[in-house]
Amino acid sequence: MTRVVVDVMPKPEILDPQGQAIARALPDLGFDNVTSVRQGKRFEIEVGEGGDALDVARRAAEAMLANPVIEDFSVHLAD
Amino acid sequence: MTAAITIGVVTFPGSLDDRDAARAVRAAGLEALPLWHGDAALRGVDAVILPGGFSYGDYLRGGAIARFSPVVGEIVTAARAGLPVLGICNGFQVLCEAHLLPGALVRNAGLRFVCRDQVLTVEQAGTRWTSDYSTGEQIVVPVKHGEGRYVADPATLDQLEQSGRVVFRYSGGNPNGAVNDIAGIANDAGNVVGLMPHPEHAIDELTGPSADGLRMFTSVLQALIAA
Repeated sequence: MTRVVVDVMPKPEILDPQGQAIARALPDLGFDNVTSVRQGKRFEIEVGEGGDALDVARRAAEAMLANPVIEDFSVHLAD
Repeated sequence: MTAAITIGVVTFPGSLDDRDAARAVRAAGLEALPLWHGDAALRGVDAVILPGGFSYGDYLRGGAIARFSPVVGEIVTAARAGLPVLGICNGFQVLCEAHLLPGALVRNAGLRFVCRDQVLTVEQAGTRWTSDYSTGEQIVVPVKHGEGRYVADPATLDQLEQSGRVVFRYSGGNPNGAVNDIAGIANDAGNVVGLMPHPEHAIDELTGPSADGLRMFTSVLQALIAA
């Protein structure tokens, strides 16, 4: 069993109001030096033996986990 | 005697406005046929409506899971062959996820779910779903959504604007920050239309802000009679 992580983030040109709302809230907690926050999604995928787990995750991301119109993704093996 | 013209209305798990869409179809004098998401069958309908709601709870992204339903596979094939397809709200999201329409719908810029009566300008009366309107006409239709902001890359946007594929635009206020105030668009052939507002909630003045939405359903009748 191989665990792979897919990180999905909104493309840089997409307005991210959730990230902005978070960035606005952080100073109230004492985080004065945070200039930007962008919010994405993380998927943890377990792939059975006998295959290229990173390839499976990449193809799943392309097909469904990320919408290529608005999102970029990256994959890596879980630690 | 010709068979009655029938519009299929799809129900996904979590669809909310399927019955309202069916009611609007009947109010326009057509027959409504329920279509189940899990059946790869269009049952001979003359057009299809993908209704509003929260299919699969909007999990992952609105419409992202519904777009892989067996019925949507059939709809994509039929739409490419000219079948009239209307996507309302969540249905519009499904059409974009299924790549029958370009661009995407994302979280409202103001982060709030907006539920209000909205003025729209009809930008394109040449689609199968808008022929009973006049270009430039203003109508009042409810919007109710949290992820209705239309986005598209500059090249796609130019293409939509230049080729008259923007069908509806928000007027007097944009509820979600959609680029160019776009409320609804069409495919190149004009048989597939998606919009965030809910015409099925504006078919009579007793239950809606106006009866302006009814003509989306009568328009497709004209298209089908002429065919």
